[in-house]
Amino acid sequence: MTQDVDLEIAPDGKGIKKEDLPFVMNDWDAYAVEEAILLKEKLGGTVTAVNMGNEEDEEVLRRCLAMGADKAIRVSGTEGLEMDGFVAANILSAVLKNLDFDLALTGTQGEDQNLGMVGVMMAQKLSLPCSTLVTSVEIKDEGHAVLKGELEGGIDQVVEINLPALLTIQTGINEPRYVSIMGIRKARKKELKVIEYGNLGLSEAETTAMTCVEEVFLPPETEGAEILEGTAEETAGRFMEILKEKGVFS
Amino acid sequence: MGKIIVVAEHRKGELSDITFEMLNKGRELSKILGHTVTVALFGNGVEDFSQELSKVADEVILVEDESLDVFNWEVYRDLLYAIIKDEGPAIIMMGHTAWGMNLAPGLAFKSGLPLATDCVNITCEGGRIFAVREIYSGKIFSKVSFREESPVMVTIRPGSFPSEPEESAAGKIVRKAFVPLTGDLSTRFVEYAESPAGDVDITQADCLVSVGRGIGESENIDLVRDLAKSLGAVLSCSRPVVDKNWLPKYLQVGTSGKTVKPKAYIAIGISGSFQHIAGMKGSGTIMAINKDPKAPIFREADYGIVGDLFEIVPALIEKASEMHQ
Repeated sequence: MTQDVDLEIAPDGKGIKKEDLPFVMNDWDAYAVEEAILLKEKLGGTVTAVNMGNEEDEEVLRRCLAMGADKAIRVSGTEGLEMDGFVAANILSAVLKNLDFDLALTGTQGEDQNLGMVGVMMAQKLSLPCSTLVTSVEIKDEGHAVLKGELEGGIDQVVEINLPALLTIQTGINEPRYVSIMGIRKARKKELKVIEYGNLGLSEAETTAMTCVEEVFLPPETEGAEILEGTAEETAGRFMEILKEKGVFS
Repeated sequence: MGKIIVVAEHRKGELSDITFEMLNKGRELSKILGHTVTVALFGNGVEDFSQELSKVADEVILVEDESLDVFNWEVYRDLLYAIIKDEGPAIIMMGHTAWGMNLAPGLAFKSGLPLATDCVNITCEGGRIFAVREIYSGKIFSKVSFREESPVMVTIRPGSFPSEPEESAAGKIVRKAFVPLTGDLSTRFVEYAESPAGDVDITQADCLVSVGRGIGESENIDLVRDLAKSLGAVLSCSRPVVDKNWLPKYLQVGTSGKTVKPKAYIAIGISGSFQHIAGMKGSGTIMAINKDPKAPIFREADYGIVGDLFEIVPALIEKASEMHQ
């Protein structure tokens, strides 16, 4: 995900200019990684972090390793693909199907595209039980977990799920630990495997996007707020006058 | 002529607004495309809902069973999979809600249908369907096309369309038999859990001073608390502040927190995710302070100050105390 910066639309009109933009680990993913590591610390086992992207995107995996993941896998060579949630789910599932695991965690969504579909599609592809917007995970025994999942209006649902399962993690489930640059450097000793996308054995149908971004554009101009101009003191003064006029403050 | 299928959503005996929002959009599209609108309604003892929905749709497909008392993604997925096969709809609409997020991607994948999630609009150009989405935290919009013309599946962001039902000629109600899942459920509902109530009820406040991610550090919240105090207002917050455990959940405004309608809502360091805006847009006067002039909160606010909250909030506290004297 990008952080708060001015975004510009790319010349082809189908995305944003990504050069020079700082990219960091997606918030939801950070919570998912932390949850995996917390479970490992409590119950044992290993944590494998998986992503796809170029060498720069390895930074995210290094961060996962520094947080406490045991090994990492990057799928390379996907840059030329027209990517959507469906293609991403197929690629990541192809990696997971060769791993032996009890639990697969993803973020609920990515912050940039907010698709919220990749994890659930992976579960479908891999025939795994699936729960979304998960805000707490309690492993009952080898075969079951009890989860809380967020609904609307401040209500959670409690569900029991068979393992192995795929859970999409909601923000706030834990406090992702801080890792230092030193920590990331140290994690370089841990195993990071690169798998060429072409070696995953995916069919053309699996790697052909089902949706396509035709164009991107700036939000339509709306009336929006009346912006108060001036120094902090002037704007504060006007602000208070407005509250007074509205009868909120007397 | 094809069908637009809207999947009805309900919880604890109430039809959700999103159902009517989708119906309104579905009917608008049906007029342009010459389609009809069908509602898929699953539940237990929801005959009343089917009557209500038949007034705003051409058809209601009703499946009732005790096990449909609560939502289950596997059961819904398989029921809808069968309905899609039988009906061959042009468009399938679900809410981009907790339900929809659990259900739609798996259903689309299983059915081999293209899916666009979290759509704020569905448009039609020359008979082709496009989905409009917000990306990069609402700073950019994208227009998405589908590889196959139809059927297509979309999930709709709550609050994108009006929810007031527009009545039309009575639609028919078609009962379909419940087909249980082959095999056991892999996910079983246990109960609903409400987050604990606090000592303050932010839904009752006349004025809310609400703090967001822009506050930076937990210690800085006292500054906003002081402003609330000097205005005689109640402190509330947006999701990131609760996620970081800086304030309790009962102070959270937004779709996963409380919906509030105070006379005045003052948003400080809140960029204005749609989930937050959905929880406060009914407020009387909305005032926002944010350093980013492009923050979506300014699209919803009546008045805004673009600047550093650490300069503006102390100035506000001073003005408030001056005015008290």
